[in-house]
Amino acid sequence: MSKISATITAPENRQAPPAPVLRDALELVVSAVVPRTKNIVSVHFRAAGQQDLPGFVPGSNLAVECSGTGGRTKTNAYSLTGSGTFPEEYTISVLRQDDGAGGSRHIHGLRPGDRVRAARPRSAFAPVTTARRHLLIAAGIGVTPILSHARSAAEWGREAVVISVHRDGVGPHSAELRKIAATNPSISFLECDNRTDFSQRLTRILRQQPLGTHLYVCGPEQFMDDVLAKARTAGWPGERLHSEAFGQAELDPGDPFAVTLASTGEWIAVPSGRTLLEALEAAGKNIPNLCRQGVCGECRLGVQAGRPLHRDSYLSDEERAEAASIMCCVSRSIDPEMELEL
Amino acid sequence: MTVTLTSVPDIGSDPAASLRRFPFPFRTDTYRYSTNVEPAGKQLETAAGGWGDLIVDIDAHYLPEIAQRAEILRRDPTRQAGAAHMRAAEWDALLYVLGQLARDYPHTMRLERSGRTVSWSNTLQGLSVDFTYGDDSSLPGGPLGFLGTQMQEDVALLDQREGALWLDSGVVTFAADWSMGFDVGMRFLEIHGPVPRVHQEGIIARAQQFMMRLQPGEAYRRTNWTMGLDGRLDTSTETYPEWGQDRTNVIHDPALPDRVHLRVEVQHIIRLPHSGAIMFLIRSYLEPLSALASVPAWRETLAHVLQELPQDMADYKGISKYRMQAAAWLASGQ
Repeated sequence: MSKISATITAPENRQAPPAPVLRDALELVVSAVVPRTKNIVSVHFRAAGQQDLPGFVPGSNLAVECSGTGGRTKTNAYSLTGSGTFPEEYTISVLRQDDGAGGSRHIHGLRPGDRVRAARPRSAFAPVTTARRHLLIAAGIGVTPILSHARSAAEWGREAVVISVHRDGVGPHSAELRKIAATNPSISFLECDNRTDFSQRLTRILRQQPLGTHLYVCGPEQFMDDVLAKARTAGWPGERLHSEAFGQAELDPGDPFAVTLASTGEWIAVPSGRTLLEALEAAGKNIPNLCRQGVCGECRLGVQAGRPLHRDSYLSDEERAEAASIMCCVSRSIDPEMELEL
Repeated sequence: MTVTLTSVPDIGSDPAASLRRFPFPFRTDTYRYSTNVEPAGKQLETAAGGWGDLIVDIDAHYLPEIAQRAEILRRDPTRQAGAAHMRAAEWDALLYVLGQLARDYPHTMRLERSGRTVSWSNTLQGLSVDFTYGDDSSLPGGPLGFLGTQMQEDVALLDQREGALWLDSGVVTFAADWSMGFDVGMRFLEIHGPVPRVHQEGIIARAQQFMMRLQPGEAYRRTNWTMGLDGRLDTSTETYPEWGQDRTNVIHDPALPDRVHLRVEVQHIIRLPHSGAIMFLIRSYLEPLSALASVPAWRETLAHVLQELPQDMADYKGISKYRMQAAAWLASGQ
């Protein structure tokens, strides 16, 4: 599961209503809720109207909007588990995290018939078409984009090895993966219920893959780091390694700085622990944004003066060096003051 | 595979209509390269009419151009190129285009789909076919070959990997002085290697960056232009011996205004929804100077553009030999 959380707080005193978080949103209705394990649930959505749901690239995620209390609007992005070809419904599987920001509790509270708004699926973890083989590795709820990849591999006859690691004896999607492997000779499926066993098998598997195999991993940060490090040790080139982060490590709160807006000369302070985007919103500015994690590229702003401290994963190396833009949801300023094209 | 052919309705031909819908590409009196992309599907007004409301455009040349493509492919199959890893992209491209046609031409085109079973009918060709999505043998020519028989546009499919876009599949029979067979398998940046100026200005790198960030379903367009002779669509590198000499023999030909055509490409850039491949649709429109000159604003603008165009750009476009004569004729107001 890739999960990207976003929270926007609409201050009481703002004159204009807040801009919708999602542009060109899809209206969906919950068609089924299926418990997978004691804390994982799959939610199926259909289009609320007559139109077909847009197809999607394997490994895509769906940003679901949920209106909370106190004028708060949130979006949480979850991996879609289907192959993406002519989907009749969108399905996500969500682990309930009681200490999280509330997104997973909201999803777990959905019931058939509930209506939700969602962004169009976004692709960020696509299969590499030229791969000779796809080695798909998941831990826990990280199996969701891996299931999407496996289904697509089955549709197009691509060669794939799927490994799912989970603790509770029951993998949330093991039954489907077993069935895919049983009915598609090009796909095999391995399950591990403890990390030590997995670690030993992985070492062997990494050395057995044909040249041209691409590895995809989704799971907790530490799990992915371990898999990727093992692969590098086994001689895998970086271009053949792909990972999808979820439960991203929190960025440090950063030093305080201030921005001036080029159009009005307005001066806005950005304290430590508050993002530039939050500071701008609190000052009544509507900034288009989606993921609030430095991934999607929606909240890009032009920089006229000052050096951005880039913390996003969106801008290219050249764009970072140019220092002419900043992703205001995560990035900050090296200098105490920065001037924005706003 | 079920294919049915029936009688074909007459779609007629009207030269004034083609001028009204001609995508005249110049907004000012000078032309330079730029990353001139804009969202697809927006109607643009011109001095003679307007264009741009549709992504896949059918006009009076529909049947002749499709017949011409078939004949070119028969003589030179290298104009179509594909790769095994592009199969999903080819099917994706096919259904995207058929969907556009059915939506925009509901009286002549119909697409029905139930799961992976697809029915397509095209009354302009008297054609009706049932096929299975993903099964190459269920469709004449496979997905890519069939796609080339349903629209006038050339198509190129780009795969995104290793931080770049790769031209890995397509049917290009109406190339303006390039070769699909030569370029297939190259990176987008390599393909544009020979274009003057654009690299120093970062235009191609920016264009690639822009395309790599398109999300599934997003569609943009741009125009490009050159000149050509005698209304010839196939000016591929492969056929240069057939048309190269015309660039010289037109210079003193009194029929120059009828022979020299402005050639405008409307290029659509679309991120396909299922495969994530980038689809380039390239549609070429040709109008002779003599027809363009009937629109005074176009005559004046084109005369300026041709006269002012820097030499390196004129050389690259292959119009250096006759562009001043063309500009002079336009400026003379005959």
